[in-house]
Amino acid sequence: MTDTQNNQEATMSKSLYERIGGEPAVNAAVELFYRKVLNDYRINRFFDNSDMDKQIAKQKAFFTMAFGGPNNYTGQDMRNAHAHLVKMGLDNSHFDAVMEHLGATLVELNVPADLIAEAAAIAEGARKDVLGK
Amino acid sequence: MVKLTIEEKTYSCQPDETLLDALLRENVNISYACKKGTCHSCMVRSLDTIPPEAAQAGLKNTLKKHNYFLACLCHPEQNMAIKLPDQSEFYTEGTVVVNDMLNRNTLLLIIAFKDAFEFNAGQFVNLQRADGLTRSYSIANTPQESNTLEFHIRRLPSGRFSEWLHDEIKVGDTIAVSEPRGHCFYLPERSEQGILLVGTGTGLAPLAGILTDALLQGHSGPIYLFHGSREVEDLYRIDEMRQLAKQHQNFHYIPCLSGNHVPEGFTHGRVNEVALASLADLKDWRVFLCGHPEMVNQMKKLTFLKGASSADIYADAFLVTPV
Repeated sequence: MTDTQNNQEATMSKSLYERIGGEPAVNAAVELFYRKVLNDYRINRFFDNSDMDKQIAKQKAFFTMAFGGPNNYTGQDMRNAHAHLVKMGLDNSHFDAVMEHLGATLVELNVPADLIAEAAAIAEGARKDVLGK
Repeated sequence: MVKLTIEEKTYSCQPDETLLDALLRENVNISYACKKGTCHSCMVRSLDTIPPEAAQAGLKNTLKKHNYFLACLCHPEQNMAIKLPDQSEFYTEGTVVVNDMLNRNTLLLIIAFKDAFEFNAGQFVNLQRADGLTRSYSIANTPQESNTLEFHIRRLPSGRFSEWLHDEIKVGDTIAVSEPRGHCFYLPERSEQGILLVGTGTGLAPLAGILTDALLQGHSGPIYLFHGSREVEDLYRIDEMRQLAKQHQNFHYIPCLSGNHVPEGFTHGRVNEVALASLADLKDWRVFLCGHPEMVNQMKKLTFLKGASSADIYADAFLVTPV
């Protein structure tokens, strides 16, 4: 990850996405995260798409969003994209499990705690739209 | 303003436009969906220039090498000639120079061309009969071997194309061959990396090409080939592979049989299960999967869970059309 501690002054103006390490950080995070998700019996059915490459591309978009990176998803996009999963029973407990893996992934990558909290808050903000509430 | 050429037509791309937006404004029929670089629906190929780096973000190295890029992420820096995915294919006429049986149901077909046929070992082409019937087949040889393409054709029950190739095609006949396609091939980089090749039946064809290519290019890491079928009569090239394993210390060949009769020298079990049980950790490995679509899809996931990075997992699971 980037050298965030040493240069507070310069980094304050940068986005979380930049401070966390940009696209290379996203790529590293996605692989770790997706392995955790596929191994989690509570939620893997929601991710169990036969085309793994497409699934990984979607997780990449998710992480870019969670890091406040370049994306133009609207709340409505989120609702549409997850509507079929809500029909399959997607609820708060599953969202919590995903948040758990997001946190664990970033800890494993040695992302500082304050940045993890920021990323978690951004992801949390999508909860209602993802669950169609 | 940049000029875009598709076949004979040219279009303009404004400085603030992506290539996709320019083509949509010009009413070009191009598939797309997310417009964010995520879905890869709008992947196109540059025919004359190297595309901007940003437009290739997230693509596999083998696709990058062939100048594929995402139209939605591309702000062209110079004039470009591009090819859309659904654009009609260019066919070359070839002549059959070998048709022999490799085993009881697999035909070895070698087609020769007047000029060099450019491809990467492991890619596939479409073969077309005079009446337009077309099927995809993997190339089994490497480009170093003169102007020929080698194919392994399994006879499918009531498969119109494979029956035609098995029963009617003779040495000297001509056949139309498309440009090579697919991104399942070897790139000479990270030569110390482990390579896992898993195939069923004629899935050996692209894997044999990739294997030969990797050895020719001096790959130094361990290479494991697991080739499986139900009965020993449906495997082929067994002696050649064993010979190759003797010549190259880093190459290991494991023929697998899932049926009950397993002669000495063969491993009992499904090829995917044997492969996963043999290798403890696939972190930093490159994986090539060919053959039965279900096996391929399942193995993509399982090799990923064993540590292989998704960018290092290659498969061309084009579906068999049985009728």
